[in-house]
Formats: sequence, structure tokens, C-alpha cells
Amino acid sequence: MSAIEELPLWAAIATSALLVLGSGLALTGSIGLLRFKTFYERIHAPTLGSTLGLFSVLAASMLYFSLTQTRPVVHEVLIGIFVTTTTPVTFMILVQAALYRDRFEGRDPVSRLSKEQTSVKTLD
Amino acid sequence: MSGAILNVALMVSEGFLTLAMAAAAFRILRGPRAQDRVLGMDTLYVNAMLLLLVFGIGSGTTLYFEMALIIGLLGFVATVAMAKFLMRGEVIE
Repeated sequence: MSAIEELPLWAAIATSALLVLGSGLALTGSIGLLRFKTFYERIHAPTLGSTLGLFSVLAASMLYFSLTQTRPVVHEVLIGIFVTTTTPVTFMILVQAALYRDRFEGRDPVSRLSKEQTSVKTLD
Repeated sequence: MSGAILNVALMVSEGFLTLAMAAAAFRILRGPRAQDRVLGMDTLYVNAMLLLLVFGIGSGTTLYFEMALIIGLLGFVATVAMAKFLMRGEVIE
């Protein structure tokens, strides 16, 4: 592809570093999703990919398209703003639902945590 | 030279994101409760969005960007709807 070959070397190195960093963070978050024991620990892990991982990939995309099309491309900012505002809302509603379900079944992770001063890990 | 570097980085990050999607899919299949599955689906669509952006860089067209934008918009609605369903309408197993 000719557009890739015309890219200056520093831009190729910067784009590659941002891409590998972003996808590595997404992979780390997904492995954390597999390895943590309880739901309340698990919900922390994927936010790694949806904040810094997403920003790195978006920055790589902005850099690449700005240089190959020789004009600033800022459409990616839209995705960044949207995902940054919606991910906390989503996870707050999800944790609220999970807490409601746990309390409905008679298990309350929050109160037992404060009473016994143990970690959430011992509950399940 | 710069093309070779970028192609290797694109392949590596596609592999990483595919593995991340596989991990999220495994959590959807195995998740002990419904909220784990919803969380796995949320992770899956964020990873798919990143993979589409990487494809867009690789192919040089802006078509993939619009697909990523649509996935970002619809995935939020889907996850919020399922969380609300878990809170209100689910028969607790």
C-alpha cells in the first residue's frame, strides 16, 4: 500500500507504539476479567481497555489519518468523548443491579465487608 | 521501512485484540451469574470497536471508523438495557 510507505519514520514508530500499547492494555483488561474471583473485582478490569487503551488507539488513528490525508482528522474525538461519558454510567447501573440481586438473595457484600474487615474475595 | 514497522504493529495489535475478545467471550459463556455475562458483553464490544479502528488504520479507509462509532453508540444502549432488566424484570434463579 502506497499510503503506508509514504509515512515518515517517526510517525510510523509513534503510531506503532500507540497501537501496541492500546491493544496490550485492552488485552490486560480482558485477562483481568477472566482471572478475578468475584464480580465486584471483575468490573474494575475492563475499564483499563476502555480508557487508556481506547485513547491510545484513537491517538494512533488520528496521527495516521492526519498525516496520510494531509489535513487534521478529529472525528475520533467523538468516539473518545462518547465512550468516556457512557462507560461510568453503564458500570454504575450494572453494579447497582448486581448489588440489588445479591441483597435480594440475602447476601450483602458491602455490610459484611465493613463488619469483618475481610476482602470481598472470601465471600464466594 | 516505515511500512514494515507499521504492518508488524498492526498484526501484533490485531492478535492482542483477538485474544482479548476471546477472553471476553469466554467470560460470557462461563460467567457464573447474569451480571458477569453482561460485563463480558460490554468488554467484547469495546474490544471489537478497537479492532475495527485498527482495521481502519490498516486499510486506510474511513469506513471502519463509522462502524466503530455505531458500535460505540449501540453497545451502550444494549448494556444499560440489560442492566435495567436485571434490576427489574429478572426471575431470580
